[in-house]
Amino acid sequence: MAFREIDLNMGPQHPSTHGVLRLKLAVDNEVVLRVEPVLGYLHRGMEKLWESLTYTQVVPLTDRLDYLASLSNNLAYCLAVEKLAGIEVPRRARYIRVILAELQRLASHLAWTGFMANDIGAMSVLLYGFEAREDILDIFEEYCGARLTVHGIRIGGAVHDLDGPLVSRIRAVLEKIPKRLADIRSLLDENRIWKERTVGIGRITAGEAIDYGLTGPPLRACGVAWDMRKEIPYSSYDDFDFDVPLGTNGDVYDRYLVRLEEICQSIRIVGQALDGLPEGEYKAKMPRVLKIAPAEVFHTIEAPKGVLGFTVRSNGTDKPERVKMKSPSFINLQSLEHMCKGNLFSDVIGILGSLDIVLGEIDK
Amino acid sequence: MPADRADHPELRKALDALTGRFGNAVLAGAADKGELAVRLTKDVIVPALSFFKDELGFNAFEDLVVFDNLNSPDEGGARFTVVYRLFQFPGAARARLAVEVGEGESLPSAVPIYRAADWAEREAFDMFGVPFEGHPNLRRIYLPDDFEGHPLRKDFPLAGRTVGL
Amino acid sequence: MSEPLERGPFLLARADAFITWAQKNSLWPFGSGLACCAIEMISTAAARYDIARFGMELFRASPRQADLFIVAGTVTNKMAPVLRRLWDQMPDPKWALAMGNCAIGGGPFPTYSVLQGVDRIIPVDVYVAGCPPTPQGLIHGLMTLQEKVGRSRPTKEILDPHARRQS
Repeated sequence: MAFREIDLNMGPQHPSTHGVLRLKLAVDNEVVLRVEPVLGYLHRGMEKLWESLTYTQVVPLTDRLDYLASLSNNLAYCLAVEKLAGIEVPRRARYIRVILAELQRLASHLAWTGFMANDIGAMSVLLYGFEAREDILDIFEEYCGARLTVHGIRIGGAVHDLDGPLVSRIRAVLEKIPKRLADIRSLLDENRIWKERTVGIGRITAGEAIDYGLTGPPLRACGVAWDMRKEIPYSSYDDFDFDVPLGTNGDVYDRYLVRLEEICQSIRIVGQALDGLPEGEYKAKMPRVLKIAPAEVFHTIEAPKGVLGFTVRSNGTDKPERVKMKSPSFINLQSLEHMCKGNLFSDVIGILGSLDIVLGEIDK
Repeated sequence: MPADRADHPELRKALDALTGRFGNAVLAGAADKGELAVRLTKDVIVPALSFFKDELGFNAFEDLVVFDNLNSPDEGGARFTVVYRLFQFPGAARARLAVEVGEGESLPSAVPIYRAADWAEREAFDMFGVPFEGHPNLRRIYLPDDFEGHPLRKDFPLAGRTVGL
Repeated sequence: MSEPLERGPFLLARADAFITWAQKNSLWPFGSGLACCAIEMISTAAARYDIARFGMELFRASPRQADLFIVAGTVTNKMAPVLRRLWDQMPDPKWALAMGNCAIGGGPFPTYSVLQGVDRIIPVDVYVAGCPPTPQGLIHGLMTLQEKVGRSRPTKEILDPHARRQS
C-alpha cells in the first residue's frame, strides 16, 4: 500500500464536532498523522464585554460559556467575586449551591452520554440521556424559570430558597435517575461494538496528561485522583462524603465509566445536602451597587468538564478591570492531537467526544 | 472560602530557594493563603518556570493571564503584566509568577517546559499582541489571521474598528 | 372600487395546496447548531418535545439534502462566510429560521466579532426569540413557518422560472 497523505477538513459545520470546531486532519490512508484544531468560530468577545459590565451583569453571560452546565460557570464566577469582595455566603446558601451544582453535573453528564453514544452510532442512547435530563431541567425551570441558561446562582448566594415541595420534587427525580442510568449501562457497558470502539482508543498516560494540562474526567480516567472539590474544597463540599471515581487506562472507555460513576456520586451528594440542609438565609446581604477595591483573585472549581477558574481583578469601580476564564475544554482540547496520532481516522470522533468539549467555553 | 491546604512554611522555603537561585531577578515575593506569588524579570522567566516544575514540584500549568496596564499603571510601569499560574498536585499549592513586558517586547515561550502553555500563549498573542519567542506555532487562535488589532487591549473599542457585515 | 384580486386558475391553486401540504409536513431541517440554542434544538428533537410529529425529525448533516436552515446560536464574523456558503448549497425551495436572540440580532453580544443578526447574510423567514427559546417556543416558530409555507405559491415558480419566491 503506497504512502498517501491526504488533507481532510472536518467542520466547522459537522454533526459530531460538538459545536463549531474545525479540525484539519492529515491522514495516511486511514491512520491519523496530524490533527490541528482551528478555533474562533464562536469567539464572541466575552472577556472584552465583561469589562464594560458590572459584576452582577456578568453573571448571566457566564451561563453562555459552558452552556451544558451553566450553573457551574455561575458558581465559579460568583465564588471568585465573593473571594475578591470578602462576602461571606451563609451556610444554607452554600448547601443550595451544592445541590444546584451537582444537579447540573448530572444534567451535563447525561447529555454527554447521549452525545457520545450518538457519535459512535448508538442513537437511542441520545434519546434516553436527554429524557433523563429533562427531569432535571424541569426542576431548574420550577426553581428559577430557565432550563438551559439557568442563572440560578448569584453573587452572595442563590436566587431563590428551596422550599418543601421543590425538595420533594428533587428527591423524586433522584429516585428515577439510577433506573435510567441502568438502562443506558445495560445498552453500552458490555456491548461488543461499544467496547471495540472505545477500549484502548485515545490512550494517554498520567504524566503526559498533567503536562498537557488535562483536568476533569479525562485526567481521572488515567488514574490521577485530582478533583478540586477534594483538593481545595469550596462552598462546603468538605461537609459531604463522596468518592472520586478513577480509571486505569486513560482511554475512551475509562472516561465513559468515570463519568457514569460521577453521576452516581452526584446523586449521593445531593441526597446528603438535602438531608442536612441547614436553616438560615439563602443569600448574603449585598450592597445595592457592588464596588470592589483594587485586588486580584483566582478561584477554581470542579466543573463537569474539568477545572474551571476565574481570574478577577478589580479597580475600585463597580465594573471589573479584567476577568479571565481558565477554560477546561480549551486546555483539554490541546491534547487531542497527541491522543489521535496513530489511531484510525474514525476514532477521532470518539476521542473528541470523550474529551467532552463545549465550544462556548473554548472560544469564549 | 477555600481551605488553605498547603503549609505556609513549605511555601516560604520554596520562596527562599527561589531567591537563593535567582537573586536580584526576583523583584518581589510573598507566600500566604496557599499561594506563592513572585515578580520576576523577563530574562529569568523560563529558567524560573523550569525551577518551579522540576525542583519545587509545581507540575501543572493552570493559566496564563495578561493584564493591560494602560489605565491602571502597575508597579513596574510597563504596558503589560503577564501572569503564569502553576499548581502543585498533589499538595494543592498555587504559584503566581508575574512578568512585566512593554509594548512590542516579546517573552520567551514556556512551551518547552509546560506543553499546556501552547494555546495559552497563542491566545495572549491574539488578544494582546504579546509575542512569544520560540513558540512552535505563534499564530492567532481565535480571530482570523488577517484581523487587525488586538481586542483585549484597553484602547481597542468593544464594537471593533472595521464596519461589520 | 373593486380591487382586482389576484387569483390563479383553480387547478393551479389546488396543486399549490397539495404541494405546500407535502412541503410543510416534511420539512427537513439542516440544524446549524452553533451555540446554546443548539442544545434546545436537540431537546426539541428528543423524545419529550418530539419534533418528529411535524415530520421534521430528519436533521440532515448535509445542506444539499435539507430545506429548512435553522440558525441556532451566535453567528460570528468568522463563521458568517461559512453559513452563507451553506445557505447557497441548499437547493430551492428553502426556508430559514433564526432561532434565538443571537441569530436575530446579535443577542447579548454587541462585540467586535459577532454578526449582529443572521439576516444580514441570509433571508430569514421566521424569527424565534428567546435566549434560548424553549422547545415550545421553537415549535411555535416551526408551526408559524408551516403556515408561511402553506401560503406560498410553488406553481408560480414552476410556470414562471424568473419569478422570485413569493412569501
